[in-house]
Amino acid sequence: MSTLLEVEDVFVRFGVRNKSLFGSRLSIDAVSGVSLSIEAGKTYGIVGESGSGKTTLAQAVAGLHHASEGSIRYGDQELRGLPEAEFRPLRSEIVMMFQDPIGSLSPRLNIRALITEPFRIQGMKGKDLDAEANRLLKMVGLPAEFANRYPYQISGGQARRVGVARALALEPKLLIADEPTAGLDVSIQGEMLNLLARLQDELGLAIMIITHNLNVVRHITDKVGIMYLGKLVEEGPTEEVFANPQHPYTLALLAANPEPDPDAKLMRVELNGEPPSILRRPTGCEFHNRCPFVHSSCSTDIPKWTKAESGSFHRCHTPKIWENSGN
Amino acid sequence: MPDTNVLDVKNLSVSYSTPRGDLKALRNVSMAIGQKKIVGIVGESGCGKSTLISAIIRLMANNATVHSGEILFHNSNLLDFKEREMRALRGIDISMVFQDPMQTHNPVLTIGQQMIDIQYRDKLSKSKKRQRAAEMLSLVGIPDAQARLNQYPYEFSGGMRQRIAIAMALMAKPDLLIADEPTTALDATLEVQIIKRLEELQEEIGCSILFISHHLGVIAELCDEVVVMYAGEVVEQGSVRDVFHSPAHPYTAALLKCDPGHIKEKTRNLPTIPGEIPDLVDVPAGCIFQDRCSRKVPQCQVKRPLFEAVNEQHSVACHLNNKNADDSDHKEARG
Amino acid sequence: MNKPAKNNSEIVEIFRHLIRDRLGLLGLIIVMLIIGSALFAPLIAPYDPVALNIPDRVQGPSFVHLLGTDQLGRDTFSRVIYGGRVALQVALPTIAGALFLGLVLGMIAGYGPKWLDNLILLFFDTVRSFPTVMFALAVVALVGPSLNTVIFVIMATSIPTYGRVVRTMTLSIKTSEFIMAERSLGASTFRIMSVHILPNVLGPLAVLAAMDIPTVVGLEAGLSFLGMGVKPPTPSWGSLLNDGYSLIRNTPWLIVAGGIPLILITLGFTFLGEALRDVVDPKLRGRGGAK
Repeated sequence: MSTLLEVEDVFVRFGVRNKSLFGSRLSIDAVSGVSLSIEAGKTYGIVGESGSGKTTLAQAVAGLHHASEGSIRYGDQELRGLPEAEFRPLRSEIVMMFQDPIGSLSPRLNIRALITEPFRIQGMKGKDLDAEANRLLKMVGLPAEFANRYPYQISGGQARRVGVARALALEPKLLIADEPTAGLDVSIQGEMLNLLARLQDELGLAIMIITHNLNVVRHITDKVGIMYLGKLVEEGPTEEVFANPQHPYTLALLAANPEPDPDAKLMRVELNGEPPSILRRPTGCEFHNRCPFVHSSCSTDIPKWTKAESGSFHRCHTPKIWENSGN
Repeated sequence: MPDTNVLDVKNLSVSYSTPRGDLKALRNVSMAIGQKKIVGIVGESGCGKSTLISAIIRLMANNATVHSGEILFHNSNLLDFKEREMRALRGIDISMVFQDPMQTHNPVLTIGQQMIDIQYRDKLSKSKKRQRAAEMLSLVGIPDAQARLNQYPYEFSGGMRQRIAIAMALMAKPDLLIADEPTTALDATLEVQIIKRLEELQEEIGCSILFISHHLGVIAELCDEVVVMYAGEVVEQGSVRDVFHSPAHPYTAALLKCDPGHIKEKTRNLPTIPGEIPDLVDVPAGCIFQDRCSRKVPQCQVKRPLFEAVNEQHSVACHLNNKNADDSDHKEARG
Repeated sequence: MNKPAKNNSEIVEIFRHLIRDRLGLLGLIIVMLIIGSALFAPLIAPYDPVALNIPDRVQGPSFVHLLGTDQLGRDTFSRVIYGGRVALQVALPTIAGALFLGLVLGMIAGYGPKWLDNLILLFFDTVRSFPTVMFALAVVALVGPSLNTVIFVIMATSIPTYGRVVRTMTLSIKTSEFIMAERSLGASTFRIMSVHILPNVLGPLAVLAAMDIPTVVGLEAGLSFLGMGVKPPTPSWGSLLNDGYSLIRNTPWLIVAGGIPLILITLGFTFLGEALRDVVDPKLRGRGGAK
């Protein structure tokens, strides 16, 4: 199994103007030292809540944000700092699906023009574009007459499929899917994930899924990373993370999607307070002010990236503390 | 027993006139909310839950028409109320919490100002009103309430704003709180906090809550009863335990199966409900769910199933529930 | 190959919705009448607009002269019809030119680098800081009054109006997710601007332009009224007003005849523009029908 994408200690920094009179420009790290690797043909899930930097990380990998530090290696090519002209040929191999299914489709083009755009952009004039449009619509399970519709005439779920068709038109090697199920009804959510799984099997592509819902990634990912304030707090093989969460935040996320069963024994983990702002990162463990299991050293000592027995990594002083406290 | 209900919707039918014809958004919808009960409405987009709420608070779109039915609030029909009477009711007896906490507050007024403003009907001194606002804020779990009254909405995060919205909705101690997907715009860990707070407040204030959500887990945790809607009809209604443990309608069963929280085994082939909601301009005859139903019988195409009791607290609109139907079918449907 | 088909059907669709809107239809009819009468002026006008007929001067409206005659005996009705020609001859190239330049500059300012944006904004602000009439006076003093002077002056002063609108729209479209999506597919800057930004800017801009036509016609009339526009004896609505103004005590119909087409063209293009605004946006189209 070969590593397709290797992200090492990546920072994405944004400048913010300070509002005070003599304010200098501040910089915030939306992504603050993330390392991960994705194998060819495998699926990696990044889970985190809004403001955790997961979308910024994804867009940095897709070359839409500039990573300020670290390295993003695709195969044997370094992507960080690659000028747009040199990145362009890679855009047929690394593709992205965006969060807003309808908003990410150019509103004045019809579906045919939209899903054949990758061919036009990459200069494949020789192709029979109508045939390609039909092939792609069929691949994502939409009827051929959809080609003549406009983005505002289709539903969110259908727009998602168009997004998939567009992304997969050029047979990429890495698909980055940002919240592929956001805004979809539960009955359609499964269809979307099944489609991605099927296409992955057929085309052998690697997928990086970004989501805020842990349960969404359980069935489709091989590895999962949990992000909090721009850092990974836990990462490991998906089954391990679900069976043996190490970090209290992972536990809280797992518990946050309650089962639709009124009698289910709830493993409720209520976090304290609100997520802190990345403008004022907490000291020590950045999760300490919300952690239900916080102890004195958490606010001063920064936890290290540690490998647990189960094979997953975590950033916590007292992993799995809830199992010892008899909760 | 009907007089113990806070809200009683009976045979409500609402349609929207569109260029293509009348879109029958609600058809013979009946549901009730008992005193101090939390009733959840579950349904996917297009099921009519928003239309139902807007009909209850009588803030309907211009092209909406009520064709039949009553909405009884403490036994008086809200549909007969004059606009002035409705206004006196809203915010006092019935109040609402909306989906998007970032847009429910006036951005140019402080939270304190807004919380004092909504008490305009009370003859209290300003400092008393302020005091009450602060109390409400601490009740919903906002620390340092007195000081935070002076802050503007943008100084609060999404979770905080939704708490403030809940505090404002409960300020007048309403009999009925309508919460329209109040946690959808929030992150999962905040959702848990809000749900818990809502539960505590309901105990304390003793109001009834109509809680709309598409999140089955949240409904299971919070509600006493649940109403399942599909394409403008109530297909199943009952105690949360009955409905979630032994769903009598194939749609409810399928919906429960789709919930990712429900699927324990790892699978690359997740359950779905194939097909789409029927066209509500041209409503097909028979059962509304027939096209997507995996268990349909011949009479589904011809006869609209009646809404009938499964047991005392559990009713369903499905031919499989019919006593004459094949018995084995019946059991399977509920399994 | 299927692109023109799509465009045609969209235009047909826009047209269908336009005529369903009553005010829009009225606007369309007025505009068509004005354009038609300007195009076929020689056929419609009963007299030569510049032919003198001293014996019949300063007559009231009659069957012979529908709107009477002026102090030189010229038929006012014919002058109004031919005046429409002048008005449109000024308005259309002016608007088209200003639109084109405003579009190009505005899009470059909105999408291009910050320094270029600042430079273009500086140019816009400089041009806008001249009052149109003062600017016109200066140009007329330099090159003398003519149709082309009027066109040049109005065009130059209108560019910033369009440019600023286009720049603002471009800035907001630039940050929308579909532009990000196009970038992620590797679309070039030129492609993003021409295929994805331009069509979204064009609709609202066309509306703005339709509503600007009366302003330009009014400006032309104003400049001609001040003697800085079209040279006599060319019939222009402005010069008609000017003639009418000096004879307002004995022949009030002259000023009415010059004023009514101005009011009509303003109403016509405004109604049309407002209807267009709802109709060019495909998402708003349903709204009109639902009422």
